[in-house]
Amino acid sequence: MIKLFSLKQKKDEEGSSRPGGTQKKASAAQLRITKDLNELNLPKTCGTEFPDPDDLLNFKLIICPDEGFYRGGRFVFSFKVGPNYPHEPPKVKCETAVYHPNIDLEGNVCLNILREDWKPVLTVNSIVYGLQYLFLEPNPEDPLNKEAADELQSNRRLFEQHVQRAMRGGYVGSSYFERCLK
Amino acid sequence: MAGESQTSDHNQRRWHHIKKLLERSGPFCHPDFEPSPDILDFIMNSCKVLVVGAGGLGCELLKDLALMGFKKIHVIDLDTIELSNLNRQFLFRKNDIGLSKAKCAVDFVNKRVPGCEAVAHHCAIQDFDEGFYRQFHIVVCGLDSIVARRWLNGMLMSLLQYNDDGSLDQSSIIPLVDGGTEGFKGNARVILPGLSACIECTLDLYPPQKTYPLCTVANTPRLPEHCVEYVKVIQWAKENPWGNSVQLDGDDPHHLAWVLERAQERANKHGITGVTYRLTQGVLKNIIPAVASTNAAIAAVCATEVFKLATSSCANMNNYMIMNMADGVYTYTFNAEKRSDCLACSNVTRVMEIEPEATLQAIYNKLCDDQDYMMKSPGITTIINGRNKTLYMASVKSIEERTRDNLKKKVTELGLYNGADILVADITTPNTLTIKLKFSELEDIEMTH
Repeated sequence: MIKLFSLKQKKDEEGSSRPGGTQKKASAAQLRITKDLNELNLPKTCGTEFPDPDDLLNFKLIICPDEGFYRGGRFVFSFKVGPNYPHEPPKVKCETAVYHPNIDLEGNVCLNILREDWKPVLTVNSIVYGLQYLFLEPNPEDPLNKEAADELQSNRRLFEQHVQRAMRGGYVGSSYFERCLK
Repeated sequence: MAGESQTSDHNQRRWHHIKKLLERSGPFCHPDFEPSPDILDFIMNSCKVLVVGAGGLGCELLKDLALMGFKKIHVIDLDTIELSNLNRQFLFRKNDIGLSKAKCAVDFVNKRVPGCEAVAHHCAIQDFDEGFYRQFHIVVCGLDSIVARRWLNGMLMSLLQYNDDGSLDQSSIIPLVDGGTEGFKGNARVILPGLSACIECTLDLYPPQKTYPLCTVANTPRLPEHCVEYVKVIQWAKENPWGNSVQLDGDDPHHLAWVLERAQERANKHGITGVTYRLTQGVLKNIIPAVASTNAAIAAVCATEVFKLATSSCANMNNYMIMNMADGVYTYTFNAEKRSDCLACSNVTRVMEIEPEATLQAIYNKLCDDQDYMMKSPGITTIINGRNKTLYMASVKSIEERTRDNLKKKVTELGLYNGADILVADITTPNTLTIKLKFSELEDIEMTH
């Protein structure tokens, strides 16, 4: 057992600093995201952009699917990693307007591991694969854009045409989509 | 004159019971315990305790510690007093609403407990640096935030000093006693930084924040909570009722009213009942009802542990106690184990000797080739003047391109110095390593010895 009482009767007074003890220590969130990013193993359809390479907590992921409905598109996601990472997942938004059953027009993404199924053992890589999967296999069972989901279920060809039209830039229903072809 | 002798008599009697614990031995004492009147003197005149949080647990802790004889108590809390605090945060009165919790709590206790010299800090824990935290013997916290616990934990870890042989310098350990409550449930634990399980070792014990699947919230709401969550996550961002830059603030009554109205509309549309003011507030702020007696019990356990640490009179709990009073009273204490791959407490700094003229490339090569490291693709970052700086990271293409030029630069040109820490992540180690750079002495200086 530690005998605090006999170990140190008097403590240093406030403000006294030891040599070399002034460098700020990295937070656990910072240490963990550094590790995550250093081990990022991106599929060839994905890339990252760091507006400030010194700030590893805010970055963008770009996905360019090479198969499926969204082939040829270029979709940008913003990642914001908070101080409570990995206890809480990063905040991920889709910055590209996309006609997709699981992404709404405000950029909210319905991916289970971004909310209710997030676990601290998951990494940025897990999210990248999750997002990539959303483009390969849009899931009409869990819709965020209900119109798109219903259409995917009832008329796949029409859905495909609408995805194409949105990616080329144009209206689907009353919503306008910016061109996002590569 | 009669008055004076009365006071000194009172003073004698005041510490009567504490003295029984500290000035004589007993069957429950720690075998190494040496009874002495000096121990009470230590508690009263030397031992500095930091109480973090002056809320439900903090008020109890402050009262308990002051009545035990601790005088040099510091209290930090950034919050101000609200009406809803008054049922359990008993150091505050109605007139105190809007004032600093730390200041009011300290004023009350100093006035009520003769001799107590508590000091208040109305600010965030992050506003203080190592110099401030190093002055304390013990830190005890009653917080409601995981982020704050992790920060404090990291701070106490960073104060640890290691001897040349790699062993921990025990005088650098500042024990952390942590309490937490949620309704009728609570926990208390003792952390000896570097020796026992820390906050980060047991991070997975914290329940995840309650979230609802976004698609359910958006399309198939079934619960009143889903309706509030919808307005919070989707409708607010869509309509931005107070302009683009205004974030939803659960403490703002106007915001609350707006969310309540929209949530009720949505509930009506989907035939859901139960969207009330209270529920809305609960979902927005993640409120869990606080129970005064849970706080009192957990704070008492924490204060007892502080007393044991300060006096060495009795072995501390080992090391994590849970208590559930929802159905009878159940408590259990277990030994939470230290994780050998913990991000905070197993991150022992290693030392790398380099030439003062060395380039970043030289460090990179050392990390890859040196027997001690043998890394595959180390990512190197550091902190300079409190800001993170990415020195080199090969595995992320967009960062590699922008940090490649750093490899050619001398470490001193990059802002590094003798004794600076670099952080290195690599696939070969479970965690990011902290490596302290040590400049090798110039040869001609060595010759003169």
